[in-house]
Amino acid sequence: MTRATPLQIAGRSFASRLLLGTGGFTRMEALGDAIDASETELVTVAMRRIDAAAEGSLLDVITAKGVDVLPNTAGCFTARDAVLTAQLGREALHTDWVKLEVIGDERTLLPDAPELLVAAEQLVDDGFVVLPYTSDDPVLARRLEDVGCAAVMPLGSPIGSGQGIANPANLTLIVEAAGVPVILDAGVGTASDAALAMELGCDAVLCASAISRATDPVAMAHAIRHAVLAGVLAREAGRIPRRTHARASSPVEGMPEFAE
Amino acid sequence: MIFVNGEAVEAAGEPTIRDLLVARGIDPETAGIAVAVDAEVARRGVWQTRTLRDGAHVEIVRAVQGG
Repeated sequence: MTRATPLQIAGRSFASRLLLGTGGFTRMEALGDAIDASETELVTVAMRRIDAAAEGSLLDVITAKGVDVLPNTAGCFTARDAVLTAQLGREALHTDWVKLEVIGDERTLLPDAPELLVAAEQLVDDGFVVLPYTSDDPVLARRLEDVGCAAVMPLGSPIGSGQGIANPANLTLIVEAAGVPVILDAGVGTASDAALAMELGCDAVLCASAISRATDPVAMAHAIRHAVLAGVLAREAGRIPRRTHARASSPVEGMPEFAE
Repeated sequence: MIFVNGEAVEAAGEPTIRDLLVARGIDPETAGIAVAVDAEVARRGVWQTRTLRDGAHVEIVRAVQGG
């Protein structure tokens, strides 16, 4: 099978261009099977207060599957909380990578741009490899890159909304300007959204709800893996330009002329 | 009184972080947990020696499913 070129983030190479969020799976077995089906190499987790009653199989599943863990700062509304949560994730999971989220609004879960930038800068200074969840604002994406983020993770549409890529033009501007990998984060509803992200030039896609909340999560993990691969291969293959009018693919010369 | 994950807890004397974990039924050797005291990470290496003063705010966290 044709393989896409590997994804490079902060000096690490990934054969898979699909990141999987572990949120939303109702059964650990389904998460494990979805990790297999997605062929992901990097999965996100959240940091929350320990509950002595809860079973501790999440890290066991992730470890057993041999994938790397990427702690996030989901649920944080200030730079201060996000930085501290990132530091707790580093301490707990022995990784200096963080998916940085600083949320500005409970209903839309859209990023808080000023807080995000402050947190990103502090975490970069603290030695983190920072992958920020950001809005689809090309200027903010550039600012995040300028403060040293290792990638930018613009949303396609709000987290868990399944609305796909609401603003492909902005995403294209982000991709054109970025000197670091662009990972579409949030909004994917189904396989075609992931394929479109890659066709637009994204370097990877992160999916959580699209897979975990699908009727059949494992089947959707398969589908989105193939979509990401199809999209990146199509991008590398070079699509034809869009035209207003038709352009025949059959020769115009040599047409037979039939008797009246 | 020490505040642990938002809950007020009576503590005898000044327990270490390790004492607190054990008292709450958490094995301090558990992988994947981290502790903050008064909004600063307390690294695993200090759990045995760092004592918690009256009024300390302690957060004990672990990885859970999340996007």
